[in-house]
Amino acid sequence: MSADKTISTQPNSTASSKKMLIAMVGIGVICALLIVLSYEGTKERIEILKAEALEKAVFKVVPGISKTRIFELTAEGTFVPSDGKDRSKTLVYAGYDDTDVFKGIAIEASGQGYADILRILYGYDPETQTVVGFYVLESKETPGLGDKIEKDDDFLANFKALTVALTEDLSKIQNPVVPVKEGMKKNPWEVDGITGATISSRAIGNIIGESSLKMVPLIYKQQEVFNSAINPTSK
Amino acid sequence: MTPTKIADLKAGPSSTDEFIKGLWRENPVFVQVLGMCPVLAVSNSAINALAMGLATAFVLIMSNILVSSLRNFIPKQVRIASYILIIATFVTIVDYAIQAISVDLHKNLGAFISLIVVNCLILSRAEAFASKNTMGKSALDALGMGLGFVFALFCLGAVREILGNGSIFGYIVFPEAFQEWIIMILPAGGFFTLALWLFLFNNYKLKKAKA
Repeated sequence: MSADKTISTQPNSTASSKKMLIAMVGIGVICALLIVLSYEGTKERIEILKAEALEKAVFKVVPGISKTRIFELTAEGTFVPSDGKDRSKTLVYAGYDDTDVFKGIAIEASGQGYADILRILYGYDPETQTVVGFYVLESKETPGLGDKIEKDDDFLANFKALTVALTEDLSKIQNPVVPVKEGMKKNPWEVDGITGATISSRAIGNIIGESSLKMVPLIYKQQEVFNSAINPTSK
Repeated sequence: MTPTKIADLKAGPSSTDEFIKGLWRENPVFVQVLGMCPVLAVSNSAINALAMGLATAFVLIMSNILVSSLRNFIPKQVRIASYILIIATFVTIVDYAIQAISVDLHKNLGAFISLIVVNCLILSRAEAFASKNTMGKSALDALGMGLGFVFALFCLGAVREILGNGSIFGYIVFPEAFQEWIIMILPAGGFFTLALWLFLFNNYKLKKAKA
């Protein structure tokens, strides 16, 4: 029987290769079409939902606010009000309390995690010069291990008052935020890691460290921009 | 194979049988013990279990239909690659659909949505059933298996949420004094609950077989 098969398949090998190629390419094209169609069909709604989730997250990372305004960072390093639609720009979300006082700002940042890009939001309060909140917007970290960065209470406690104070000439951060091993935190600018989620927790520390180095001095010097955006008369 | 058996095979089971078998006699979780990764991982609450079950069922049904309709067109040598491609496509579609329904749900299910691609239940139905049967039968088989999977996941999710969180679908069912069994919503609780259900299911079947 096996001899029969070899005889019959030998002359057909080119024909069957062609058939395989056609089948794979054909299925590939059908699948690509289906994926593109569903992507286009759901894109708009996903964007709306993501924007809503982001808005909710802003309230989580900057405590005590009731209103937010979106600003974008221009090439010259200044902040201008924005509608938040252009996702390629660096956006920040200023938060105000009931009496329209500027309370703090939520900054979006991202970087490489263990599995994929991590997108996070952290809150900065210029008055106390600290990071006051942190929230994971998007993560594909390992369930049960890396995803502790969203759930571990000890880890989240890092971001209640993380010091990002500026030097006296306001040009840069005195002590950049750095990740340290679990239990090794000694200074208010260090982020205690999580054993079992070393890479993910380290990534969060680094993302905030890198982003705050650039954003915090800019924001601190331009507090007036955020203040006047909601109280045009006080200018 | 004896001639009678061949005749039996040709006549085949009725279509209702194709549907029913997945729900009970060949339940993918309780009998075949397939697709354990999502069963244990995402059954910590009833709503997560239900969403995961429905997402898997959708992928199963759609990929079974497509595989069976293309079964004469796919050469044997590239069949597994083709099935995985088809399954991955529907998983991507489900991923977009869940994101469009609720960002929070998508966050809760996390990486397990993408992991539906490697759920052996789906590939095994494509290989063992859809590649040899008509589209109608494959759809029924997938529907039965899919609902059987949803049923099993819900059994786990409900027990774990009631005991571990004192609630079902987020509604509190126990009085305030109830002390939650935290272990039930942790990974270990998944194993305990699965073992319990497997025991009950097989015990019942054994008793029935003896009677």
